[in-house]
Amino acid sequence: MDALTVHRLHFAFTVTFHYIFPQLTMGLALLLVVLKTMALRTGDEHYNRAARFWARIFAINFAMGVVTGIPMEFQFGTNWARFSKSAGGVIGQTLAMEGVFSFFLESSFLGLFLFGEKKLGPKGHWLAGFLVFLGSWLSGFFIVATDAWMQHPVGYTLGPHGEILLSSFWALMLNPWLLWQYLHNMIGAVVTGAFAMAAVGAFYLLVKRAEPYGRTFVRVGVIAGVAASVLMLFPTGDAQGKNIALHQPPTLSAMEGLFESEEGAPLALIGQPDVEKRRLDNPLVVPRALSFLTYQRWHAQVKGLNAFPADRLPDNIPLLYFSYHIMVGLGTIFIAVMALAAVELWRGRLFAERKLLWLLMLSAPFPYIANTAGWITAETGRQPWLIYGLMRTPAGVSPQVSAGNALFTLIGFMGMYVVLAILFLLLVYRQIDRGPEAA
Amino acid sequence: MMETLWFMLVAVMLAVYVVLDGFDLGAGIVQLLVARTDSEKRQVLRSIGPVWDGNEVWLLAAGGTLYFAFPALYASSFSGFYLPLMMVLWLLILRGISIEFRNHIDSLVWKLFWDAVFGGASALLAIFFGAALGNVVRGVPLDGSSEFFLPMWTNFGIGREVGILDWYTVLVGVAAFATLTAHGALWVALKTEGELERSARQVALAGWWSLLPLTVALTWCSFSIQPRLSQSFAARPWGYVFPLLAVAGLIGMRVTSRRDTAPFLCSSLYIVGMLTSAAFGLFPFVLPSSTDPNLGLTVYNAAAAPYGLKVGLVWFIPGMLLATGYFVYTYRSFAGKVSLEEEGH
Repeated sequence: MDALTVHRLHFAFTVTFHYIFPQLTMGLALLLVVLKTMALRTGDEHYNRAARFWARIFAINFAMGVVTGIPMEFQFGTNWARFSKSAGGVIGQTLAMEGVFSFFLESSFLGLFLFGEKKLGPKGHWLAGFLVFLGSWLSGFFIVATDAWMQHPVGYTLGPHGEILLSSFWALMLNPWLLWQYLHNMIGAVVTGAFAMAAVGAFYLLVKRAEPYGRTFVRVGVIAGVAASVLMLFPTGDAQGKNIALHQPPTLSAMEGLFESEEGAPLALIGQPDVEKRRLDNPLVVPRALSFLTYQRWHAQVKGLNAFPADRLPDNIPLLYFSYHIMVGLGTIFIAVMALAAVELWRGRLFAERKLLWLLMLSAPFPYIANTAGWITAETGRQPWLIYGLMRTPAGVSPQVSAGNALFTLIGFMGMYVVLAILFLLLVYRQIDRGPEAA
Repeated sequence: MMETLWFMLVAVMLAVYVVLDGFDLGAGIVQLLVARTDSEKRQVLRSIGPVWDGNEVWLLAAGGTLYFAFPALYASSFSGFYLPLMMVLWLLILRGISIEFRNHIDSLVWKLFWDAVFGGASALLAIFFGAALGNVVRGVPLDGSSEFFLPMWTNFGIGREVGILDWYTVLVGVAAFATLTAHGALWVALKTEGELERSARQVALAGWWSLLPLTVALTWCSFSIQPRLSQSFAARPWGYVFPLLAVAGLIGMRVTSRRDTAPFLCSSLYIVGMLTSAAFGLFPFVLPSSTDPNLGLTVYNAAAAPYGLKVGLVWFIPGMLLATGYFVYTYRSFAGKVSLEEEGH
């Protein structure tokens, strides 16, 4: 393996593992505010106990997010020094703002939320929970703002030695790429949180334990889940797709597995891109649908991969194609599962429908896969650029850090993260087993 | 001008980080040295439980600020110190989960394991951070391209082929260990009662006695291997106020040693004095060259463009005022001695 490959794997591995945790943090933070609000409005201790149960899981998850998050900021400097040197004046702004505006807020009030319920009183405790939610969602904003700038650089000028200089702070904050990517990402986190809450609730109902809590968890999870799943598709996912069509046309062709430009291009549901033979094998398509979804005209032309020069195409077309299709496929299934559950909930039959409860319980891992696949789509879709149209990926790496040194630390992270993953599962399982009635 | 201002802001953030996370790193060392029973260990953890994570945020925020204000420094130093930085990351990970996960399973084996990880990682981090500072003071082999890569060690000498660890940086690491041990012990003494408080005060005293010769040795060695330090103090004698702060803090630790808060504040003063002395002495260099005194990164050649530095101030000042507000509020909420009765959930 050459150094570039190792450095790319290094970041890809650590960021993929990291993002398992913040997505639940951000989704669950919102649902904790919902539970605390219900407690405040009804005065029913049931909701406070429910919130305390999820706060225990939240704390484990949050700690994992913190410890795996610190390496992310460091790696910009350690493994991507040339990128940091050129672009640090721009993306350093958003990364520093994340530290100043969200990490301080989150960490201070999480301490108060977890340790200070008695001291703060009901309203103060609600506020602490709300500020944890605000901090985690601000953190998401600044990270997505950083990525949005790499996807679609704005508000900069080039210096005499090719360095990238920030020229407009507001252009950076109001990047047209940012709004939809942010909403799409955050609602994706709510999907993860909602499925997790519904799954734990379904588990309690299936084993006939802590059933009042099981019903609360399923109700909150399903209502949040159906709303979030629909919002993922429309308007956020749709708008995100249109941004890609507008600003990264080769990426759209690769995501859709479209090799030849076509008027009235079909939407491929299934198929395997064969990059060597430049065709999609075993395709199952909806005729003209891609043209319509992208341009709202059945006969609009969509450019295929063959229409672009080879050095502007993503370097891993199959991975991009599959991750995109996995994301969209799972997203569609989420809408179906949650809509079915919501209908049964509305009719008052959900808590007795064991098959549906099984389905809700077993669905919990899939939003993680969909969120991860979404990020793989975004980041492999950005290739071959580190900053789209501005800096190619090989130009950003740390030239002094050899493949061997980078591989050493990559293996170190792999070993450590296996241990972390086992600990996380063990401790979360123990909290679920302990149940919401304790404390 | 703008560069100097941001240099001071980053230096202050790093100093605050060392004072705050320093006491919880020190608490880890104290836990390793004197906490015997499970209740004592839980008291140590409880004394930092609600705040350690917020303290560590100062490292992230200082790192982010360094990144946007001095991107060339961030890129050069982080890639050049690649291996030790990665080890620092692993230690931070291990330490974080040992604090958070220790009380989850009520088993002797589980707790003893995480206590050892917590203490060991805290001790190693103190030494690593000290060695990092030593590397910055000594300088690295920059040849004008602002890129370098240092092995962990060569022959432990300060010649042309330096490593991260040589006798000087190891000395700074040991001094940092002694400093944070005393600092953490004073924090634990401030937050606990009874036997644990007494043993923590003994650790602080032992730390103080080892700090005396270490401070002298460190000062002498630093001035002899980095000539810029004496040049800076000779050119701007008002800078002697920084080492005087350190001396005042060191004396104060001993004079006030029977009280609760005062000795802890004095050890904070000592840390701030030592760090600002180093920053003042190196300025305008942020990463000197060990091969050619005229090369090396300065605040001027490492800074971001003026527009970014100016616009950064607009959000940085209110943002940090807010953050300071949270910290004051959090520390006041958890003021006083810890009690094990009202554990968090």
